[in-house]
Amino acid sequence: MDAKVEPQRQVMRLRGRSYVAFVFSPFMPIMNWLEEIDATLAHSPGFFAGRPIVLDLSAVELSSHGVAHLVSSLETRGIRVLGLEGIEAGGLDSKLPPVLSGGRGCVVEQVEPKKVEVQPPPPAAPSLLLRNPVRSGQRIVFTEGDVTVLGSVGSGAEIVAGGSIHVYGTLRGRAMAGINGNSDARIYCQKIEAELLAIDGYYQTAEDIGETLRRQPAQAWLDGDILRITPLN
Amino acid sequence: MAKVLVVTSGKGGVGKTTSTAALGAALAQRGEKVVVVDFDVGLRNLDLIMGAERRVVFDLINVAQGVAKLSQALIRDKRLESLWLLPASQTRDKDALTDEGVRDIIADLRTKFDWIICDSPAGIERGATLAMRYADEAVVVTNPEVSSVRDADRIIGMLDSKTVKAEKGEQLKKHVLITRYDTSRAARGEMLNIDDILEILAVPLLGIIPESQDVLKASNVGSPVTLNNASSMPARAYIDAARRLSGETVDMVVPTEQRRGFMNRLLGRRAA
Repeated sequence: MDAKVEPQRQVMRLRGRSYVAFVFSPFMPIMNWLEEIDATLAHSPGFFAGRPIVLDLSAVELSSHGVAHLVSSLETRGIRVLGLEGIEAGGLDSKLPPVLSGGRGCVVEQVEPKKVEVQPPPPAAPSLLLRNPVRSGQRIVFTEGDVTVLGSVGSGAEIVAGGSIHVYGTLRGRAMAGINGNSDARIYCQKIEAELLAIDGYYQTAEDIGETLRRQPAQAWLDGDILRITPLN
Repeated sequence: MAKVLVVTSGKGGVGKTTSTAALGAALAQRGEKVVVVDFDVGLRNLDLIMGAERRVVFDLINVAQGVAKLSQALIRDKRLESLWLLPASQTRDKDALTDEGVRDIIADLRTKFDWIICDSPAGIERGATLAMRYADEAVVVTNPEVSSVRDADRIIGMLDSKTVKAEKGEQLKKHVLITRYDTSRAARGEMLNIDDILEILAVPLLGIIPESQDVLKASNVGSPVTLNNASSMPARAYIDAARRLSGETVDMVVPTEQRRGFMNRLLGRRAA
């Protein structure tokens, strides 16, 4: 399949299409007219954004320089001018939009500016609530989010959470928070007598927990790669 | 309505069998019809404590396997009319027990007794889980020291997850019975105190049984301590516990060391 394909000569096809554009008809003094535009913009910002705008200059007499100034002052307001109307093409700067003619009036549908879609807030991180004490030998694994225990966590029990761990009783067992690499996870407890605390893999055993903290309300958090255990309140 | 009560602990040697016999006898003395069931297949002891070891013919396994009828295996206590024993087999092991077998026996016992008290073996394996399987209430026996308290915590977790009642989403009523509470050692701070135990276990207290020679003496003569010497400290504590089990409100007495005052010592005995 290596037959050569002769490049075919493309014939340029021209197509006509008509669009509806907003027509601005500035009046003198220009400053007043611009203030009106500003008022409209203040009312509904972004109303003209992305819409074709044609400037009808038949009511004003402006020099080529004046037209350029008007077009640029509209541009600073986020209004891009598609074309000019009601002015002689001769003598205008070539950088200005082209002069149009033969425009016909039509009813412009009042289209409400598209409301910026309010993104629904991302679903709150799921959490697991345990109303009963976690007994010795029980293992609670909840990788999706936080774990809250209303009672105590017994010696020999284990809580594993993807998020933070909150214990409103005494934490006597093991608590491992942020196991999916969440280093912002913390462990909070009303009374710390934990056998082991871990956040994102960094751990401390009961031996390492300061004696002054024992039986006190405390939290554990990661400071870089150091697991800190500090008193609450 | 019959109540199935399991006496359990996790740890061995804390006093499950002693407590089963003592509570069973105390409830029977109150006129309730009681059966104590030994689930410690292969290491049975309840028959000895109850003083019925020479009358065992058929046992729990025989009934579970349909070799004997329940009425053939039940042994009536010689001292109390309304107290019965269903002994365990000493020659078999715990694998001989099946869930269906236990279910049928418990269902059968429910029709005949007010209280079915199951003496659980130590551990958390088959024997212990089957003993608690069909229970309505549980007495968790613990000594005032850390290892038995932690094991008790473990057992409470299993009571809340592995029993039929828990699986149906119902709450199984649990009680803590603290045994071998040594008043003098507690005073010296050598044991866990009651509040610490209750704080760890978060289960209501059924009673505090003091460490006493009376318990050993009663075991040796094959009698529940509540029958052997009903006025002894441990017997009184068990009788109070039994009253609480049947719904009475009884003030909790923390055993304290009985120091006899000087005058009491001098005039302790009155000459005839």
